[in-house]
Amino acid sequence: MTKQIMEASHAIAEAVRMAKPAVIAAYPITPQTHIVERLSEFIADGELDSEYIRVESEFGAISACLGASATGTRAYTATCSQGLALMNEVLFIVSGMRLPVCMTVVNRALSAPISIWNDHQDSISARDVGWIQMYAETSQECYDLTLMQFKISEDHRVLTPSMVCLDGFTLSHVYEPVDIPAQEQVDKFLPRYKPYHAILDPEQPMTLGPIGFPSEYMEIRKSQIDAIEDSLRVIEEVYNEFSDSFPVGIKKARPERYFHVEEYQLEDAEIALVAMGSVCGTIKVVIDELRKKGERVGLLKLITYRPFPRQAIKDALKRVEKVAVLEKAVSPGGDGPIYCEFSSLFYDSEDRPELRDFIIGLGGRDVSLEHIKKIYEMTKEGKGEKQEWVF
Amino acid sequence: MIDFENVKLKVNDKEITIGAVLMSDGSTRKNKTGAWRSKRPVVDFERCTGCGVCWSLCPEGCIEKRSDGKFEADLDYCKGCGICANECPRKAITMVMEEK
Repeated sequence: MTKQIMEASHAIAEAVRMAKPAVIAAYPITPQTHIVERLSEFIADGELDSEYIRVESEFGAISACLGASATGTRAYTATCSQGLALMNEVLFIVSGMRLPVCMTVVNRALSAPISIWNDHQDSISARDVGWIQMYAETSQECYDLTLMQFKISEDHRVLTPSMVCLDGFTLSHVYEPVDIPAQEQVDKFLPRYKPYHAILDPEQPMTLGPIGFPSEYMEIRKSQIDAIEDSLRVIEEVYNEFSDSFPVGIKKARPERYFHVEEYQLEDAEIALVAMGSVCGTIKVVIDELRKKGERVGLLKLITYRPFPRQAIKDALKRVEKVAVLEKAVSPGGDGPIYCEFSSLFYDSEDRPELRDFIIGLGGRDVSLEHIKKIYEMTKEGKGEKQEWVF
Repeated sequence: MIDFENVKLKVNDKEITIGAVLMSDGSTRKNKTGAWRSKRPVVDFERCTGCGVCWSLCPEGCIEKRSDGKFEADLDYCKGCGICANECPRKAITMVMEEK
């Protein structure tokens, strides 16, 4: 283990280098990050033996990864906002063909108006493409989740592509200490990719991506949906194996043990704030302050978002009276996307908590300590509308 | 090598595979897309000179050369798009409605 101060983007590039994908495809222009820049340097310097395909667009990047994965190799790409939107069509094909492509999504707002800054609209809008989604709070989590995503996606019980999502700029361009394990430890945790269902091999011809007639389409879809639901268990296994294999090196840089959700001061909390990503750091600071004043408040951080960890959330919030969902995405003309899922999750509960929705940090708007305090006060006092925008 | 036995699944009593992979090549041949057709090309072999323009332009690749050097569509796979009829320089192909 070595501790280094590094940018979250570079921490991810480091994890990808150590995961040794056979193919990396990327479109190296805005919106892109230092992740693929650093990976191309690794390859140029002979530190990583991968085929780097500089494609003509993000549509090309994800298509190249699809093709590479179908030949039976490990494939990786990274993108943001408009780039993810441009990939959209192929994202469904990758997951439908059950190809374990791994991607990093550096969360940025979608235009218009033109924005390169952070919110979660890009990956939340790609919620239904059939990919696993995990959200990182810190650079260390970026590194860790990137290593874990390969192991999760490639597990033969899962065979589902995955996105590790991190906040653009507020995390991607921030320098933090990261504990990097030795290559031998990584190799032990993440062995070579062994294709289970798809390979392009003239010795063993097979057809990939055929037509699905109405007589079979629903059954094939059901098997895919079952796989992503069941992946919850495998993700938990991988979280556990990772936590056992790689003990915490830097305090507070990651949860003691990885789980679908991280509970912070929830034990005796009456009010819970729910959030994903780097804003959780800000929320923890506010919670520490409020706790000193005797307020019973805690945080539920979502790490796994797809599959939605229903039971883990219910267990974590079972004693809570009020829940404030803080989200960096909207569903125009409908309720907040994460708020909807919480409403649906608690609808059948006898003692369901009071739910509030707060829209924060769109298009890179700073979310300050004051904002979080205001959200807490409004939730506590029951002030304001069901959905409030906190500017 | 892939163990095809591992790839098989049963959902709703139907045999399917992970990711709908097919454990063989040449599966397009088994799918007789001719059933989708509403019009079929009929060749006037008196006018056909065997130039092969229809053969080169057929998007399905289902036009074949006969032993007399003239060309005709394989109706198992012809979707009835009519490109051959449109492009035939001798106007030797007519699209005729499929009726039952």
